[in-house]
Amino acid sequence: MQPFTFLTAIDEDAALAAAARATFLAGGTTLVDLMKLHVERPLALVDINALPLTEIAELPDGSLRVGAMVRNSDMARHELIGERYPLLAEALLSGASPQLRNMATTGGNLLQRTRCYYFRDTALPCNKRDPGSGCGAIDGYNRIHAVLGVSDQCIATHPSDMCVALAALDATVHVRGAHHERSIAFSDFHLAPGDHPEREHALQTGELIVSVDIPPLPFARRSTYVKVRDRASYAFALASAAVALDLENGTIREARVALGGVATTPWRSHEAEAALAGRRADPGVYHAAADAALSAAVPRRHNAFKIALAKRTLVRALARAGALA
Amino acid sequence: MDDGTNDGVTRREFVTIVGVSAASTLMRADSSTTAQTAPAHETPRIDVSFTVNGTAAHVSVDPRVTLLDALRERLRLTGSKKGCDHGQCGACTVHVEGRRVLSCLTLAATVAGKHVTTIEGLTTDGDLHPMQQAFIDHDGFQCGYCTPGQIMSAVALLGEVCGPEDDDVRECMSGNVCRCGAYSGIVAAVQSVRGFRS
Repeated sequence: MQPFTFLTAIDEDAALAAAARATFLAGGTTLVDLMKLHVERPLALVDINALPLTEIAELPDGSLRVGAMVRNSDMARHELIGERYPLLAEALLSGASPQLRNMATTGGNLLQRTRCYYFRDTALPCNKRDPGSGCGAIDGYNRIHAVLGVSDQCIATHPSDMCVALAALDATVHVRGAHHERSIAFSDFHLAPGDHPEREHALQTGELIVSVDIPPLPFARRSTYVKVRDRASYAFALASAAVALDLENGTIREARVALGGVATTPWRSHEAEAALAGRRADPGVYHAAADAALSAAVPRRHNAFKIALAKRTLVRALARAGALA
Repeated sequence: MDDGTNDGVTRREFVTIVGVSAASTLMRADSSTTAQTAPAHETPRIDVSFTVNGTAAHVSVDPRVTLLDALRERLRLTGSKKGCDHGQCGACTVHVEGRRVLSCLTLAATVAGKHVTTIEGLTTDGDLHPMQQAFIDHDGFQCGYCTPGQIMSAVALLGEVCGPEDDDVRECMSGNVCRCGAYSGIVAAVQSVRGFRS
């Protein structure tokens, strides 16, 4: 690890005062790991674990406001999350391990960094870690890489499960700076790599994530998260799908669909949603939606299997949600 | 969970003696080239006071020091193991404020004022914790390296939401890897303490 200075923030103002020159340390499950690999080299850390951003509160409009320091395990086991947003609870519980979920925070998980091998190894080229050095993955070993949202600079997948569910739920991220507050729509929070894969999110220097709002979505009670990976547990997604269905007499009035493990950002699929709306909840329609979701996929040498896998994952998720009472 | 004693020299002391003589040999051979070695970076040390297994602990550490290294190298609590050092194996699992976490990804400076429990803190008056005894009774280990982390996870699991089936235990214990493959014994041990038959 590179040397760094360490400060503990006792409140948000203290954290924000130091923020311009420092990196925030929350659960540390991504940051400390990457510091050991010299991928992250902050000169100053501000420990924000003492900030009281640990509540899940219901707002007057029925939204749930999740504090940025709520641990993944606590959000997953929260009664209202499980009752109203099963896809989110399932996504959280499918991620990492119990120990890591006890550490990882809501704000931190929004900023989780890719597991691309080229990004994690400083001996290899990576435009995300070292802009202009090239992408090792595009013509290298790219089995775990993205087929959606890719550019000719980067094909690294976004690793979070939580974010896939939050994309389907149209969440809002609230941030604070030293002299301002603002809200960022979830669909605007993560940035596709384009020509600047080093820019992964819409946060500006000095901004602190304080909470995430999940709007009311009554039909999300009929929702699920399906994750396919190389082993039964404790692995990143090769493909995952978060879906919610609004059903009436076997007809889909509205659907929410987001994919994980196959895209450079948490991937909301409006194409799949359009292919479902107004149709019968049956396998033919589910397959058509899956084809629509992957229609823009760009396969590489080792990851072409993900297109078929993601389609089957989405079909399974839709069938499971459709069969829920 | 002790180091095993033979002829009054513990395994750890033996390793330390051998390690020191090897290192001093290396340093002599290297003494002419020390000028080429970059000077160590000086970073301000941080004083951290916390509680380990019910006892007050104080360490003065470089901010880079993890809780795992502070426990093992500074407080001589070597039960918690360093496997991958990247949060992938679970060998370093300890409890902070009663919750299982990975001490290899926890900076020591972040546990100031907190209660930490390690494998050394599970016994009461020399009696093994029921989970420790169950691992013995059900052959829950072979080489033993992952065992402290497995047991710390298993003890935490008792207070968490985890379904009744063997598969539920496998899922709840997925963060602890055993390369000997003692998983069936581990599941049996956990189930026996929970009052289920594996």
